[in-house]
Formats: sequence, C-alpha cells, structure tokens
Amino acid sequence: MWEWLPFFLEVLVGGLLSGVMYSLVAIGFVLIYKSSGVFNFAQGTMLLLAALTFVSMTERQVNFWVAFSITLVLMVALGIIVERTVMRPLANQSLLSLFMATVGLNYFLEGLAQGVWDSAVHGVDLGISNDPIFLIEKFPNLGLDIIISQFDIAAAVIAGSMILGLTLFFQYTRTGLSLRAVSDDHMAAMAVGIPLNRIWAIVWAVTGVICLIAGLLWGDRVSVSFTLTAAVLKGLPVILIGGLTSIPGAIVGGLIIGASEKLGEIYLAEYFGGQGIEHWWAYTTALIFLMIRPTGIFGEKEIERV
Amino acid sequence: MSTDTPILSIKNIEVLYSRVISALHGVSIEVQKGEVVSLLGANGAGKTTTCKAVSRLLEAERGEVSKGSIEYNGVDIKTMSPYDMVKAGVVQVLEGRHIFGHLTVEENLLTGSFIRNADSASVKRDLEYVYSRFNRIKDRRKNLGGLCSGGEQQMVAMGRAMMAKPNLILLDEPSMGLAPQLIEEIFEIVKTLNEEDGVSFLVSEQNANIALKYAKIGYIIENGRVVLKGSAKELSESDSVKEMYMGGGGDEVSFSDVKYYHRRRPCMV
Amino acid sequence: MYYREAGRLVKSFADDRRMLPLKEDRLLSTLFVVGVMYILVTAFASDYLLSAIFIPMMVLGVATLGLNIATGYTGQLSLGTAGFMSFGAFAAFNLVLRVDWMYIPLAFFLAGVIAGLVGIVFGLPALRIKGFYLIVSTLAAQFFSEWIFNAYPWFLNYTTSGVVNLPPFHYRVFPFQELTPLNDAFWHSSRGRYLITLTITIALIVACKNMVRSSTGRNWMAVRDMDIAANVIGISVAKTKLMAFFVSTFYCGVAGAMYSYCYIGNLDFMIFNLRRSFLVMFMVIVGGLGSILGSFLGAIFVYGWPILITRLGDWIFGGGTLDTAFVENNSKIVVGTIIIVLLIREPGGFAALWNTTKQKLRVWPFSK
Ligand SMILES: Nc1ncnc2c1ncn2[C@@H]1O[C@H](COP(=O)(O)OP(=O)(O)OP(=O)(O)O)[C@@H](O)[C@H]1O
Ligand SMILES: [Mg+2]
Repeated sequence: MWEWLPFFLEVLVGGLLSGVMYSLVAIGFVLIYKSSGVFNFAQGTMLLLAALTFVSMTERQVNFWVAFSITLVLMVALGIIVERTVMRPLANQSLLSLFMATVGLNYFLEGLAQGVWDSAVHGVDLGISNDPIFLIEKFPNLGLDIIISQFDIAAAVIAGSMILGLTLFFQYTRTGLSLRAVSDDHMAAMAVGIPLNRIWAIVWAVTGVICLIAGLLWGDRVSVSFTLTAAVLKGLPVILIGGLTSIPGAIVGGLIIGASEKLGEIYLAEYFGGQGIEHWWAYTTALIFLMIRPTGIFGEKEIERV
Repeated sequence: MSTDTPILSIKNIEVLYSRVISALHGVSIEVQKGEVVSLLGANGAGKTTTCKAVSRLLEAERGEVSKGSIEYNGVDIKTMSPYDMVKAGVVQVLEGRHIFGHLTVEENLLTGSFIRNADSASVKRDLEYVYSRFNRIKDRRKNLGGLCSGGEQQMVAMGRAMMAKPNLILLDEPSMGLAPQLIEEIFEIVKTLNEEDGVSFLVSEQNANIALKYAKIGYIIENGRVVLKGSAKELSESDSVKEMYMGGGGDEVSFSDVKYYHRRRPCMV
Repeated sequence: MYYREAGRLVKSFADDRRMLPLKEDRLLSTLFVVGVMYILVTAFASDYLLSAIFIPMMVLGVATLGLNIATGYTGQLSLGTAGFMSFGAFAAFNLVLRVDWMYIPLAFFLAGVIAGLVGIVFGLPALRIKGFYLIVSTLAAQFFSEWIFNAYPWFLNYTTSGVVNLPPFHYRVFPFQELTPLNDAFWHSSRGRYLITLTITIALIVACKNMVRSSTGRNWMAVRDMDIAANVIGISVAKTKLMAFFVSTFYCGVAGAMYSYCYIGNLDFMIFNLRRSFLVMFMVIVGGLGSILGSFLGAIFVYGWPILITRLGDWIFGGGTLDTAFVENNSKIVVGTIIIVLLIREPGGFAALWNTTKQKLRVWPFSK
C-alpha cells in the first residue's frame, strides 16, 4: 500500500533540492526589491554574464580561483555601475518606471553579452560529482530505496549557507535597518540622512556576488548558454509566493516551487497531454498561493491609508 | 565665525523643477541662531520647495536651485548632498510626515541616529530623551509606524529628526490634518526644543495664527516670491495678513484692496 | 505652430465634447488619414513598404495600445501580451476555418472578444493581487498559451508542422462576399491587407480615444492612481479592472489576429512568445505610458530601428554586410539604452517629447 512512497519521496527531495537553487536566484531579487523597490528583471542576464565571464576564462586554462576572483570583482563592479548610472538617477520614480528600467537594462546586457561573447553553449565544471547517491546503501537502516543527486545536495548546501549568511547580515546590522527604511520611503530615508547611494551600492554589489554563485551552480547543472537567462523566470514565482520583501519567503517559496514543479511533472503532466506543463504549472502554483495570501507568505502587507 | 552669522541665509534663490517649471523666483530668508522663523503661504506658494532647497532634497524631485545661493553657517551648500546636510545638522521634517510605515516607532527613531555613528549607549540615552519630549509616542514604541495616528506620526517624524542632534530643523507644515489642540501641542514641543535644546526652526505653515504665535520672525511667500517680511507681532497685526491668512479682519474688503502688497517689490533681505 | 487654442470660444456642450477641439486638428487628421494613409500610401507604396513596414507597425501599434490600456491607463502590469495575441490569432483562425459564412472583420472582432474573455479570466486575480504580484497571473497566461496551442493540435487543425499557412482557403472581407479569384487576389495582396489593417486600426484608435476620455477611461485612471481612493469615491474597482483587462486583451487579440492574417500570413504559436511580450512592453515604455499616440510611436521606433540599422549598413558598407546577429545585438543595446535614458530624462516617452516640442514651438521664437 505504501509502494508509491519511496518514489514520491525521491521526487519530492529532488524537487526541494532544486528549489534551494531557485531560492538563491530569488534572494538576489528580494534584496534589491527590499532596499530600492526595484524589481530587478536583469537578474537572469546578470547571472548569465557572470557565468559567461567565468567560463571564458576557465576555457582559456585560467586557474579556477583566479577566474572566480576576477569574475567576482567584475560582478561587484557591474552592480555598482548599474546603481550609479541607472538606479541613482531614477530615485523617487514610480515602481513601474524602476521595473521598466531593469527590463531595459536586461535588454542592454543581453545585447552586450551576445555581442562580446558568442551564443554558443559552454560547460562549467565545478568539480562536484554528479553521481547519484543510493540512500539505501548509505543508510540501510532508514529503509528508503531512493536516489538523490549528489550535485543537488552540494548545490543546496552552498546555496543554503549563502542564504544564511545574507540573512544574518541584513537582519542584525545597522545596514539592515537602513535597508528596510530605504525600502519603505526613499524621500524620508534621504531626509534623515541615510546615504541611499551607499545602501544601494552595497545591495547591488551583493547581488552581483549572488549572481556569480547562482550562475556557476546553474551553469554546471544545465550548461552556460542563453537559456540561462530563464533562471529569472524560475525565480519570479518563487519570490512572489514568498513575498517580495522577505528573505525567509524566498527560501520557502523556492522549496514550494521546486517541489511542486517536480511533482507536477511526474504526477500531473499525463493528464494534460504530456510534457511541457512546468512553466505554467509553477506560475499556477504561485497564483494559488497568492489568491490565498495576496502579498505572499511572508510579504509585508501594504499599509494603506487614504 | 562671528556670532551674528545667521545659521541659515537664503539669498534670492530661484528654483526650477524639471528644468522648466519655475517654482521660486526670488526668495530670501534668514534664520538667526536659536530663532523660530515661520514661512507662511497658501497652497503652492513654494514653502515646501524652499525647505527642500535647503535640505537638498530638491534633486530627488528633479528640481534645482538655478540662481542665488543658500548659506548654512556662512558656508555655501551648493555642492552638498542631503546626507551632508543632515551630517552638518540640518534636518527636514517632511510635509505629510513620511515616517517608515513598516518599521516600528522605535526603529523609526533609530534611523535618525545612524548619521552620527554613535555607540549604542548614547543612542539609548537619546531615545529616552526623545520619548521624554514626545510623551505620546512612548507607549507606541513597538507599534508599526504606519498604523499610528496622524498626530503620533508627526511626533515620530520630529523625534526622528531630533535623533540626529540637529542645529536647524526645517519643519514643513506640521499642522497638516491635525486637530487644533494637537497643533498647539506640537508647537509647544517646538518651543521647548528651541528654548531648551537650542535648535533653530524654519517652520512652513498655512495656519498663520499659530505659526506667528510661536515664531519670532515671519515671511509671507506667494507665487514663489517673498512678499512680506516682519516680526511675528507686526505681521499678526497687519490687516492684509489677517485678511488673507487668519480668516476675517472685519468688513468685507475687495480683493484688489487686500492684495495691495502684491505691487510692492519683493523684499530683499 | 500656426494654430492655437487661444480665442476659441466653445459655445455648446457638443463642441466641448469633441474629440479634437481644434478645427485645424480635425482637418489635418482627416487629411492625413484619408489623403496620406488611404490614398497616397495605397496608391504608391511598394509591396515591401506595405507588408514589411506599414502593416506590422500598425499591428504592433494596436497590441501596444492594448497593453497600454492595462498598464498605462489602469496601472495593471501585464507580461502576457503575446499570449493574449496568440489567443486572438488562434480564435480568428478557427472561426474562419470552422464557420462557413465568416468574414474577416467579424472574425477579428470575435477573436478580440474571445481573447478578451481569456483576459478576464487571467485578470480575475487582479481583484485580489496587486502590483508586481500580478505579473504571476499574466505570465501564467503567457506560458499557458504557449503550452496549450502546442499540446492540443485541434487548435492548429491537426497540422503536424506546427505552422499553418494562412489563408489556406479563401476568406471573405465583407459579409456574403462572393469568392471570386479577383476578390481573392486583391484582398490577399499587400494592398488589400494594408487596407484591412488600416481600417481596423483607425476604428480601434477612435474607440480607444473615446473610451479614455469618457467615464470608462477616467475610472481606469482613478484606479491606477490609487484604487482604494477610487473605491471610496464610488468607483467599482473590480468592474473597472476587469473592464480594463477585457478591453486591453480585446485589442491584443485583434492585434494577434491581424498579425497572423495581415502581416506574416501564417499561424505559428512559436512567435507569440515571452520575448514578443517584452517587445510590446518596450514599445509602451518608449512611446509613453498612457498615450495613444505614444503607443504607435513606440511601435514604430522599436520595430523600425533594426530595419533602419540594416538599411543604413547596406547603404554605407554595401549590401548585406551587417549580419543579423550584429543588428540584433545592436538594436538590443540601443533600445535598452533608450529605455533607460527615456525613463531618466523623460518618463513620458516619445509622446511627452512630442508634447514638449509642441509647447516649445508654440512660444518660439519669443521664449525658449
Ligand atoms: N516635483 C515637482 N515638479 C514640478 N513642479 C512642482 C514640483 N513640486 C512642486 N511643484 C510646483 O512648485 C510650486 C510650489 O510648490 P510647493 O510644494 O513648494 O508649495 P507649498 O507652498 O509647499 O504648498 P502646500 O501648502 O500645498 O504644501 C507649485 O506650483 C507646484 O506645482
Ligand atoms: Mg508644501
């Protein structure tokens, strides 16, 4: 009667693990949104840019860590440049304008990336083993005969520790409170002398770092090519479920989307004429959650007084 | 610096929004150290614009000071950022309060202290001091700012400004949407802060009655120009001010008679 | 400017409610539409100009107008424009295919209605979800449309290649029109398709103009500016939002139908992808949120830029030097930059630029 359970668990665990990677992308979103009200649509392209830069070096036999550090510096620089040239002049504009600016930025970076590099497919090897783990062999007394990808676990651990560090940094520091103040009301934050530019520069730089890590993990998993920009589309339902302003939300959202995607693919797709439901399925899952909680699970309720 | 350098001196400034909309054309105002100066004018006269020109928040609204100069303690502030201004001791309390709705009252106050990089002990002391000045918000310290009443929000906004230990506060329409009694209370606090803590104030107001009661000097600004300047006593006794800003001054007066001061040249200080 | 509002006295309510209050405006626009668009262009434009420039620009302009109704006028962000267009395109295709007496304008209209109903379904969450959270719903619509037309071959009449050539049979442009070879030849030519597109576009522009200056449009804008406040003054926010979604997707649907019938001449679910949604979004931003004129200016610029670059390249360096990848990257960079610069300098887009120019001309040379 419980024969379906191991397989179900296998699917579920696989989904949850890939969900952690979604969370990582989502956290970059949340940070920027929280601090500046910018819904950064260029996230996916920044991720691609990081991965491409890294790959173009390792393919020329540059040492892993050297390539990593150079890319890191470049991504931080990119973040700061974007903040200076695009976001700063747009301070105090409507949220919609800010969003659209990032859509423009996305388009710009895409053209740039395609122009500077080619649109070929590259591989990244982080040296993490791809072998599956047979749980029954490792932990016989658990009695579960399921297979888990070793890579997924490693990726989840990396992503998870990254997330933990960020959460602590932004929750318990003065920068964190400034960040929340800025996200509430730019004008008021400026009036009390919070240096918006510095806060934003920090946030964009951190996002650059997140993009690098996420880009490498995703790149190793699915190869580095322009499809990588689709990561942004994976991240969207995640943050919307979790709530645009909540880091814990991004984590929970990632897990939910990851699990629901895999489960939907295995158990639901056959009722819908076969393959390809994962895109709209993720969004439908998000929609269901949002209908129950319109600002996501942990999202701040909008305080509206007329 | 000699003691008689005014803490703030606005010299004949013009302000443009979006490079085309002229909001101020010739505003000159002086605030001496330790003074409360009030800036009176109808809607759209340019009070907020004047305050923002001083606090340098204009830029964020696509505005710029295109002519004239503003000096704080004798130093031109042209190149300063809003951050620099707060650091130097000029804080604006924005019209409409603008407190951080998703932060608690206490967190709101804390944000005001960041500029000083103070250690936590002194921040704590300052918090207690602000609570002692603004009694009403003490019990609300754990409440979300956005859920406070208008009067409480005004106090949070002023308390937040005080956390930066300013020398000059630009108080923009503190009375907006408040009950007369509460307005009185707010102005009493202004008086205390001014007298006991030595903070100078530039208060923009539409409510001339109250503003002139608590101020020493008053300026009347209309259509982006200073049209009248005088001691608070003089102004509150002036017929035209009574008529225009205090509601009623006796008999029906024809509109053109009332506005006689329009024809005077903008007063240069 | 040679004409101005000064000294025009409005003597009746009807005068006051005119769509174009200035006589010169009326005259000029009539002249432009009839004289230039209908007569000059139809008579002299080459097939290339008609089918590669005029038709797509108008079609995309209508789609942009559709998105503008939701986003610019009502403040509901939508990323599903291409998806809604595909609903229109498939509806029109199936209507013409399966209903014997169907004729094109009616088919397009019904296609718009069907797309509009789909729009209402995906707009329903807007009653509860606000702001950015709403893009979940419109993206769901986008991906759902990409999937459904692929997964269910019925929509494509079981064509295995995934692309149907249009028209695979004769279509009527008027009710009870006889299907003579001469008729076919004319209405299927670029000239015929141009006339169909032009007429529908003008009708849609006039309808939109009238909507936005009536209570419908005022409600949209009230909801956009602050929906709670709109609710307090007695506007039904739910009805207004759904209405906006319906009208918006109606326009997108008609644009989709025109896209496949009048522009590319085939039906292919692959082209109505997310990328196209974004392209339409760019057109809205570049042209100007909440502006009819802007919708078309945006469409013309974003669609026209790559063509212009290619042409310039051909002209300067000789034919065919610039490869498509270069042109594509270049236009991405340029359009991206323009979007950012416009948002910083002129958030109102080209439409606002046009208005300031007009203002400046008005006082020129006495003031600058
Ligand atoms: N961001 C802006 N862009 C363009 N014009 C502006 C802007 N802000 C203010 N103005 C214009 O500048 C003029 C002065 O406005 P200001 O806000 O300073 O008036 P105010 O005296 O504070 O009025 P109120 O009592 O209503 O607050 C007005 O005509 C207003 O329309
Ligand atoms: Mg004001």
